[in-house]
Amino acid sequence: MSHALTARDLVAGYDRRHPVIREVTLELRAGETLALAGPSGSGKSTLARVLSLLHSPFAGAVWLNGHQISGYRYRAPRELRIRVGVVFQQPRLSADPRMTLRQAIGEPLAAARARDAPTRIEQLADLVGLTADLLGRRPHEVSDGQLQRACLARALALEPDYLICDEMTTMLDASTAAALVAVIRDYQRQKTAGVLAISHDTVLLNRWADRTVHLSATGQLRPD
Amino acid sequence: MVSAGLSVTGLAVRFTIPGAQVVAVNGVSFQITPGECLALVGESGCGKSVLAAALLGFLPANAEVAGAALLGGGEQPPIELLTASDQMLARTVRGRRIGLIPQSPAAHLTPVRTARSQLEETVRTHHPRETRPRAAAERVAARAGLRPADLDRYPHELSGGMAQRVATALALVGDPWLLIADEPTSGLDRPLLDALLDELRRLADERRAVLLITHDLAAARRVADRIAVMYAGRFVELGAAADVLASPRHPYTRGLVDALPDRAFTAIPGQPPLLTGLPAGCEFRPRCGRVIPDCHRRPALTDLGRTHAVACHRPCPTP
Repeated sequence: MSHALTARDLVAGYDRRHPVIREVTLELRAGETLALAGPSGSGKSTLARVLSLLHSPFAGAVWLNGHQISGYRYRAPRELRIRVGVVFQQPRLSADPRMTLRQAIGEPLAAARARDAPTRIEQLADLVGLTADLLGRRPHEVSDGQLQRACLARALALEPDYLICDEMTTMLDASTAAALVAVIRDYQRQKTAGVLAISHDTVLLNRWADRTVHLSATGQLRPD
Repeated sequence: MVSAGLSVTGLAVRFTIPGAQVVAVNGVSFQITPGECLALVGESGCGKSVLAAALLGFLPANAEVAGAALLGGGEQPPIELLTASDQMLARTVRGRRIGLIPQSPAAHLTPVRTARSQLEETVRTHHPRETRPRAAAERVAARAGLRPADLDRYPHELSGGMAQRVATALALVGDPWLLIADEPTSGLDRPLLDALLDELRRLADERRAVLLITHDLAAARRVADRIAVMYAGRFVELGAAADVLASPRHPYTRGLVDALPDRAFTAIPGQPPLLTGLPAGCEFRPRCGRVIPDCHRRPALTDLGRTHAVACHRPCPTP
């Protein structure tokens, strides 16, 4: 069984006549950090959504650890879906405003009927640098940086093999950005996880990733 | 007395929430002269946006404001922003004396009307005697880098960069003395970001005072004349942009600069303090690697030279 998250000849978008990404093939291997760069509108986020099994492609296929994905979103088998974690750009849009940070981090654990969920939540909070007094707060009571820390904790809760970071640091100050990248690097070393880092910031990507691929404005991939 | 530009003295903003007081801005003083861009940088939650809201009179009812903020320009007498009534602010300040370029501009546009309709409405409001609002709207749009055809789009048909330009055009209609740009760069890619920053620079060069609020040090370096670094509601460093970023003297500023991916890429240890329970003495002390006994007393912002001031008992040496 190969340990990789692979896209083959992927065509995807929101209108079949005008796909956003065209014939994209890429492989994210266990343990590596792959950077995905490209201008606004080139399809970086669309590719991220397909690779995290949240959006169904028009053609081509995604392979996860040797299994071809045949269904996306709720149609994807749970045991495959939870192998891929995602962190988005805007924590305010990703976090449910009604949940406390403790509930947000604990939700995937509860869905997986994880044992020791309260202990795990505290470990995860500690891992991403959230102090215990923040866990009882709701999104509007914390800063963007604190909320993004919680979103990362939630993405790591079920120990995914792959983590997709779609402009994860764009809303963050330099120090919080560096802190979250360090958390991800530690996690990656421990679990030999594959990380897809998407950003406009080429300085960041050069520092963070092992190799870089570019999406062109027409949605095609070219190597660095 | 400074009559043109913005002059802020001892600005403080406190919120009362059940069981606690939140000190969001804690005795901040600065000036922005016409033609100058001041960048306000700091971690999220340090009080940057509250400061902007205080100047615009956008604070919620549980806020308590102290200090003074005089805005002047042109022939008329300066306006005291903090004591002005809401009616006065609405009639003479917002959109007229102060233009706001908001964070996530697409969210500030009405989704069911074209950019043109919103821009023309703003022209008619600010210039009721304008006989050709359509042409006036196109003129101000052109200054923000938009073509007339772009204006016929609805907000969902605008890219992030174009929505940003529509917001800039809306802020320019009233020909404001002061422009406040609150995190305008979030989510723009590099070419759009550079275009926006060049635009802000041009607007400053037209003798406007510009306050750029951002967490992006590279953006601040590109456009600002001076940089103010804010931590836990206070200015900890204020100086010429090149000096502050090339030789930061406050350990917090040094930490922010070192966190950049082209520097050490290491985070400042610890977390910013909760604004409900600020530590006594220097607020940065719990995270600082240069603490001395004096740090139990709060340091005042002290001039290091003509253009550089720092609030630290033991500033970092210049490299």
